[in-house]
Amino acid sequence: MSDVQANKHNFSAKVIGHFPGGVHPPERKQPASSQPIRKLKLPQELILPVRQHIGPSGKVLVKVGERVDKGQRLTEAGLSQGLPLHAPTSGTIAAIEERPTAHASGLPEQAIVIHPDGEDRWGNKHALPDYHDVEISRLLELIQEAGIAGLGGAGFPTAQKLAQQKPLKHLIINGVECEPYIAADDRLMQEHADDIIAGIRILQYITRCDSVLLAIEDNKPEAIKAMAEAIDDNPQIQLKVVPTKYPSGGEKQLIELLTGHQVPSGKLPMDIGLLMQNVGTAYAVKRAIIHGEPLLERVVTLTGESLKQRGNVWALLGTPIQHLLDESGFTPEKKQRIIMGGPMMGFTLPITEVPVIKTTNCVLAPTEKELPSPGPELACIRCGACADACPATLQPQQLQWLAKAKDYESLEKHNLFDCIECGACAYVCPSEIPLVHYYRKAKAEVRNIAREKAKAEQARKRFEARQERLEREKEERLERHRKAAEERKKMQQEMQQEAQQKNSDEPGSKAEEGTEKPAGKSAAVAAAIARAKAKKAAQAAKESPEESNSAKGNES
Amino acid sequence: MSFRIASSPHGHNQRSTSEMMRWVCYALVPGVLLHSYFFGSGIWFQILLAVVTAIAAEMACTVARERPAFSALRDNTAIVTAVLLAISIPSLAPWWIIVIGTLFAIVVVKHVYGGMGQNLFNPAMAGYVLLLVSFPVQMTNWLPVSAISEHSLNLWQTLHTILFEYTPAGYSVEQLRSGIDGVTMATPLDSIKTGLTQGYTLTEIYQRPEFSYFAGAGWQWINLGFFVGGLLLIQQRIISWHIPLGFLGGLCIPAFIAHIFAPDLMPGPIVHALSGATMLGAFFIATDPVSAATSNRGRVIFGLLIGFIIFVIRSWGGYPDAVAFAVLLANMCVPLIDRYTRPVVYGHGD
Repeated sequence: MSDVQANKHNFSAKVIGHFPGGVHPPERKQPASSQPIRKLKLPQELILPVRQHIGPSGKVLVKVGERVDKGQRLTEAGLSQGLPLHAPTSGTIAAIEERPTAHASGLPEQAIVIHPDGEDRWGNKHALPDYHDVEISRLLELIQEAGIAGLGGAGFPTAQKLAQQKPLKHLIINGVECEPYIAADDRLMQEHADDIIAGIRILQYITRCDSVLLAIEDNKPEAIKAMAEAIDDNPQIQLKVVPTKYPSGGEKQLIELLTGHQVPSGKLPMDIGLLMQNVGTAYAVKRAIIHGEPLLERVVTLTGESLKQRGNVWALLGTPIQHLLDESGFTPEKKQRIIMGGPMMGFTLPITEVPVIKTTNCVLAPTEKELPSPGPELACIRCGACADACPATLQPQQLQWLAKAKDYESLEKHNLFDCIECGACAYVCPSEIPLVHYYRKAKAEVRNIAREKAKAEQARKRFEARQERLEREKEERLERHRKAAEERKKMQQEMQQEAQQKNSDEPGSKAEEGTEKPAGKSAAVAAAIARAKAKKAAQAAKESPEESNSAKGNES
Repeated sequence: MSFRIASSPHGHNQRSTSEMMRWVCYALVPGVLLHSYFFGSGIWFQILLAVVTAIAAEMACTVARERPAFSALRDNTAIVTAVLLAISIPSLAPWWIIVIGTLFAIVVVKHVYGGMGQNLFNPAMAGYVLLLVSFPVQMTNWLPVSAISEHSLNLWQTLHTILFEYTPAGYSVEQLRSGIDGVTMATPLDSIKTGLTQGYTLTEIYQRPEFSYFAGAGWQWINLGFFVGGLLLIQQRIISWHIPLGFLGGLCIPAFIAHIFAPDLMPGPIVHALSGATMLGAFFIATDPVSAATSNRGRVIFGLLIGFIIFVIRSWGGYPDAVAFAVLLANMCVPLIDRYTRPVVYGHGD
C-alpha cells in the first residue's frame, strides 16, 4: 500500500465513517485477480431471457429463422423500467421458447435463442465521441437503449437511476467488490481504468455532479494503482481506499463508510444527495455513449477448486453456464455445487443450461473441502455472534426466534425488511443455523400476508359499498312508503272531515277528541261507523312500512 | 447433470457451539487445578459424577422428547453445566447431592423449559440454589484449605467420604472441618458474616487463619485461577468482555464506596473480587449466553445487576455468598433488559 500512497495522485486513504459488524471470510481472489481477462470461443447457442432485469419485458421484434447482426435490437424497450435486448453476436434466431433461467428456482421463462454464425458481424453503431453538446435526456435515452442495468447487484436499469434527479453531493463509484472469490471488477479496473474514468465523466455530466468518490477495497493494490493513474490529477475524483471487510461493498454500508451518514430506512441514497454506480456500469456507459455499443458482454469470474483454469472471462450475455465450465476444465466432484455469485450471497444452480445475465459476476464451483456444507442445525444459544456481525445492527437471533414462531407482526417491528441478506450472521453462527434462509422465507410470507391483506381490504371495501347501497335503497323505499302513507292519511282525514261536515249539526261529536255525548241515536251510529273506518285506515297506513321493512330484511 | 442446491452463505467460519463449550472446559482448568490443590481431590470425583449424570439425563430427556439423542449431546452444553455445578459445591459433599443437583439442572431447568437454548434460568445456578435451600448442611460443609487443615485425605479416603459420608477411619465431614482447638473452621465469607454479627471488626477477622495476603487463604488463588481462565475465553472470543466487566463493576464499585465509609464493617473490593464464587460467576456462569441478555449494552447492564445484587446480599443478606441467587434474579430481568437495549437498526436513527 505504501508505494501507492507515495503516489502523487489525488488519493485519500482516509475513510470518514465506519459501519458496525461485518466479517472477514478468506478472500481467495488470487487466481482470478492476477490473470488477464480471457476471451472465450463462441458457444453453440446463446439464451437470452426476454426479461432479465427489474421491470416488465418489451415486445419481441424478431422471428425464428431471422438473421441478426451483433448489437441488433431483439425486443422493444417496453414500458417505464423496461430495457431492450440485443443480439450479443451475429447469427440466426433458432427459437423463441421457454428456457430455464439463472435463478435459484431454475424456473423456465420466455427466451430468445441465437445460434451464432461465427462472423461476429456488427450492425449499425451510433458512436458519439463527443457528448458534451448532446442533451442529457438524449444521453439517458441512449443508455436506456443500450440496455444497461446496474452490473453490481440488483440489475436496476441505469438510466432510471440516473434520471431521478435531485442535486447530488457525491457520485459514488463502487469498486469495492467485497465478496470473496470475485475479481471481475478488480480485473476490469486493472485493464480498463481509462475507460472507467471516461464512463465516470459521462455519469458526472449527466448528474451534473462535481464530486466523485471512487471506493476500492485495500486488498486490490493493482486496481488502486491503475485507477490512481487514470484519475491523474483530476480534482473532482477522489480515490477512497476502504479497509477489507465484508460487506463494505453493500450500497448502504459503503455510504456509511464514505460519508458517515445512513440512508434512512425506506428511502433511497438519492434522498440524502448520493448516487451509487458500479465500476462495471461506468465502463458499460462509456462503451454505449462513445462507441455506440449496447451492453452485450460482461466480465465473469470463473473460480473454485473444481475448475482447473480459474480466472476472469469476457462472457457474452446468454452464454450457457455449462459453456463457461467446459472452457475452464471443470471436473465435478460428487454432490458438486455450482454457485452463481459469490460464496456469501450467491445462489446454487440446479442445472447449468442457464445463461449468463447482466448481473452474473461470478460462477463458483467449489469443492466440498474448500467450502464445506453446513453441519446439522443446532439450537440457538443466544450467543449474539450474529448480532455482532450484522452490518445493519439488527438482532438476527431475535429475528430467527420470531421467524420460527411465525410472528410476522413482531418481525416487522424488529425491522426484518432492513435485512440486506448479506449472510454475515449465518457465516458466524456457531450452531450453523441457516439464518438468511429463515429471513427470506419470513419475508416472502410477510409479503404474502400483505398481499392477502390488501385483497381482504379490497373485499371489505366492496362489501361496505354494497351495504351502503342497500342501506340507501332501503332508506329510499321507506321514504316512499312514508310519503304514500301520509297521502293516504290526508285522504282519510279529508273523507272524515267530509263525514263530519255532514254530521256537523250534531253537537260535540268531534271524532278527534273521542269524547261522546248523548245525542240522537241515528247520528251517533253514523258517527261511530265513520270513526271505525278512520281508525282502520290509519292503522293500515301505519302497518304498511313495517311490512315492507321485514320483507326487505329477508331479501338482504 | 443436476447439481446440489444449498442456501447462501456457502461456507462458515469453523467455530461450532460444541467447540465453544470445549473451550469453556479448557478455561476452567487453572481454577479447578488450584481448587483441587487447596481442597483435595474431591472436586474430580464431583466433576466425574456430575458429567456422567448429566450425559445420562440429557440422553434420557432427548429420547423422551423424541429428538436425536446423540446430536443433542454433541453440543457439550450439558457437560459444561455439570462441571460448573460440580465446581460450585463443597468437594466432599455426598454423592447424591451432585446427582440430585445435576438431574434438576438438566431435566427441570433445561428440558422442561424446552431444551437447549430455551431455558430462562442458568441451569447450574438453579441446581445450586435447589441444593442450597434443600440441603443447607451438606451444601455449606466446606473444608478449610489444606494448608490450615488438620486432616488431609488421600484419593481413596476422599472417594470413601463422598460415597459413605465418612472417611474410612470414621470421621464425618463435620469433624474434618474442626481445627486443632476443636472450633469448626468456616469459609472466609462465612467468617466475615458471622464475625461481624458477633461484633468483631474486619481487622480482627482478617487475623484468623482463613485469611492471608489479599483475601481468604486458598480462595483468592482459586479466584485468580478462574480469572486467568476467563481472560483466555475473552482472548479466544468465546465470551465478550461486557458481562464480566459489568459483573465486577457492579460488585466492586459499591464495595469500594462502602469500604471508604465503613472500613471496619464493609470488606473492600479486593476481598469481594477474590472471595467465594466471584470470578467463576463473572466469567463462566453469568456469561452463559442462553440465559443472559443479548445485546452488548444489555450485557453490561445484566452484569452490573448481578454484581450489585451480590454486593447487597453479601453485605446485608442471610447468605455469605450470593452468586447463584444474583444470577437467577438477573435471569428474570433479561427479557426486560433485552427489550429496552435493542440497538438502533441501520437507517432508523436520526
